[in-house]
Amino acid sequence: MRGFDYVSKRVLFAVLTVFVAITLNFVLFRTLSGDAVSALRCRQCTQAFKEYQRQQLGLDQSKWEQYKLYLQDLAHGDMGKSLRSEQPVTHELWPPIKNTMAMVALGTAFSIVFGILVGVVCAWRRGTWADKGGLWSGLAFYSMPPQWLGLLMVLFVAGWLGLPTAGIKDPTLGILGDASWWDVFVDRMRHMILPALTLGLVLYGEYALVVRSAMLETLGEDYVLTARAKGLSNWRTVRTHGLRNALLPIVTLVALSLGFIIGGSITIEYVFSYPGIGLEVVEAIDQRDYPILQGAFLLLTLSVIGANLLADLLYFKLDPRVSG
Amino acid sequence: MSASIQGGAAAATEGVDVSASRRPRSIRQIALREPTAIAGLAIIAFFVLVALLEPILVTGDPKAKVGPIFEPPSATYPLGLDGGGANMVDLLMAGARVSLLVGFCAALVSAFIGGTVGLLAGFYGGKVDVTLMRMTDYVIVIPDIPLMIVAAALFGRSLTNIIIIIGIIYWTTTARLIRAQVLSVRERVYVKRARALGAGNGRLIFKHILPQVAPLLVANTVLLVAYAIFAETFITFLGLGDPSVISWGRLIENAFNDDAILNDAWWAIIPPGLCVTLVVLGATLFGQSLEDALNPRLRVGHLSVRRFKVRPLRGKLDAE
Repeated sequence: MRGFDYVSKRVLFAVLTVFVAITLNFVLFRTLSGDAVSALRCRQCTQAFKEYQRQQLGLDQSKWEQYKLYLQDLAHGDMGKSLRSEQPVTHELWPPIKNTMAMVALGTAFSIVFGILVGVVCAWRRGTWADKGGLWSGLAFYSMPPQWLGLLMVLFVAGWLGLPTAGIKDPTLGILGDASWWDVFVDRMRHMILPALTLGLVLYGEYALVVRSAMLETLGEDYVLTARAKGLSNWRTVRTHGLRNALLPIVTLVALSLGFIIGGSITIEYVFSYPGIGLEVVEAIDQRDYPILQGAFLLLTLSVIGANLLADLLYFKLDPRVSG
Repeated sequence: MSASIQGGAAAATEGVDVSASRRPRSIRQIALREPTAIAGLAIIAFFVLVALLEPILVTGDPKAKVGPIFEPPSATYPLGLDGGGANMVDLLMAGARVSLLVGFCAALVSAFIGGTVGLLAGFYGGKVDVTLMRMTDYVIVIPDIPLMIVAAALFGRSLTNIIIIIGIIYWTTTARLIRAQVLSVRERVYVKRARALGAGNGRLIFKHILPQVAPLLVANTVLLVAYAIFAETFITFLGLGDPSVISWGRLIENAFNDDAILNDAWWAIIPPGLCVTLVVLGATLFGQSLEDALNPRLRVGHLSVRRFKVRPLRGKLDAE
C-alpha cells in the first residue's frame, strides 16, 4: 500500500499546516495593541457602537474563548464581517478572488510555457548565444521588482500596444445598448493582458533558469547517453528522456512559487488598479479593515497549502520512486 | 547539437571528479576565480561604496526641493528631479544607504536564526532535529510575502520593525541548508576524535563544526541580502514603509504615487528599480557561485525547493 501511505501522510501534513496557519492568523491579529474595533478608522462611531461591535465580534471574552469561537466560525465558513461595508468577509472577497484567479492563471500559463521553452532550448544548445541570451534574460527578469516592471509596462508597452492600464472594464462599455458577451470578453482580456504579462515575465525568469538547470542535469544522466546510443533522434531524446524527467522539479517549483506569485500579484494589481484580492488587501490595509485582511491572508495561505498538497500528489504520480 | 548532448554527459562526469579533488575551497579563492562571482561582487561593492560615501557626496537634505517638479535630466541634474522637485541622484544615493542597510541587517537576522536552528537540529539530531525541522516545514509553506505585508501592517512602520519582520520570515532555507551540512560534518573523523578527547558540545559546535559550516552560511547570507532588499520594496510600495527614510522601494512608490507616468518622467521611475535589479542580480550571482562551489550536495540536486534558489550558474556560462 505504498500509495495509500504516502497520500495519507501528505494529507495529514496539509491538515496540520492548515491548523498552524489558522492559529498564526488568529495570534497575529489578536496580539495587536488595541483590537480590530479600536483600530477602525471611523470618526462618527460612538463609544456605545464600538462596545456593541466588540460584543458582536466576541472581543470581550478571554483569548482562549475567542480562539474557540474563531475556529467554530471558520468551520461554518464564517470569517466575520468587513468593518467598513458590514458585509460578510467571504461575500466581499469572492468577486476579487475570481478576478485574481483569472489574471494569475493567464500570467502563470504564460510563464510556464515560455519558461519551459526557453529553458529547454538553453540546455539543449548549451554554451551558444541562444543559451546566453536565455540565461541572462531569465536572470534579468528574475531580479526585477514586479511593481517596477509593471510601471515600465505602463510607461512603455501600454501606449505602444494601445492597451488600458487601469481597472478591469471599460466604463463606456454597455452604455449604448447591451454589449455582447464577446465584447465583454475582449474588454476583460484587454484589461488583463498587462498585469498578467508583468506577472508572467517575472515568473518566466525564475522558471527558465530552473528548467535550464534541471534539463542540464538530466541531459548529463547515463540514460540519456543510452537513449542516444539506441539511435533515438535528438528531439525524441530531449523530449521523452530529458524533459519528462526534468518535469519533476518543475512541478515542485511551480507549487512553491505560488506564495511569491500571490505576493507579486498584490503589488501588480495595485499598479494596474486591477480589482483583485491584492487590491482588496491594499485597501483593507489603508482603512484598517482587519477582518478583510485576516480573511484574505487566510485564503491566500490556504491556497498555497492546497497547491503544495497538489504538487506532492502530482509528484507521486509522476515519479514512481517516491514513497512515503 | 549531438555534441552538446554528449558534452552534457562528459561535463557531468568531469564535474564529479573536479568536485572531489578541488573541494574545500575558501571564499576568497572562489571570489577571485569565478567570473560570475567577480561580476556579482563588483556590483555589490560599487553600491556599498556609494552608500558609504553618501554622507560626503550628498551635502544637505536629499529631499530638499531644488527646482520644478519632474524637471527632465540636465547637466546640473543628470537624472532630473522627482515629483517633489528633489535631485534624483541624491535620492538614489540616500536610498542605497537604507536599502542596503535593510538588506544586510535583515539577512543577518535570518542567517542568525536559520544558522542556529540548523546547527542545533543537525548537531543534536533525534527529537531536537525532528521538532525543529517540523517547525521549519510549517513555516516554509506559509506564503512569505503576504505574511510580511500583514505583519508590517499590524506591527508598524519603523525601519527596525521592517528589518525584524523580513529577518524572522526568511530563515527557513538557511536552516535546512546548514542542517544538511552539519549532518555530514558531524560524522567526520576529526569531530569524533575531538569528542573522544573529551570536548564538550559547546566546544565541538563552536570550535570544530561552525568553522566548517561558516563559508556556506556566508554564501547563503549574501543571497538573503537580495531577497531582503526585494521584500523591502514590496512592503514599502504598499505604503507600509518607514515614512521618515528614503529607500529605493520608497522611490518606486513615490514615482507611482506622484503620477510620474502621467508626466512621462521616466527618469523618476527607471533608476530606483534598476538599482534594485542590479543589486539583486549582483547578490544572486555572487551568492550562488559561492554556494555552488561550497555545497557538495548541489552536485546531486541542482535545485532546492524554494523560490530564489536557482542553481545552475556556476561554470555553465563559460562551459565549452
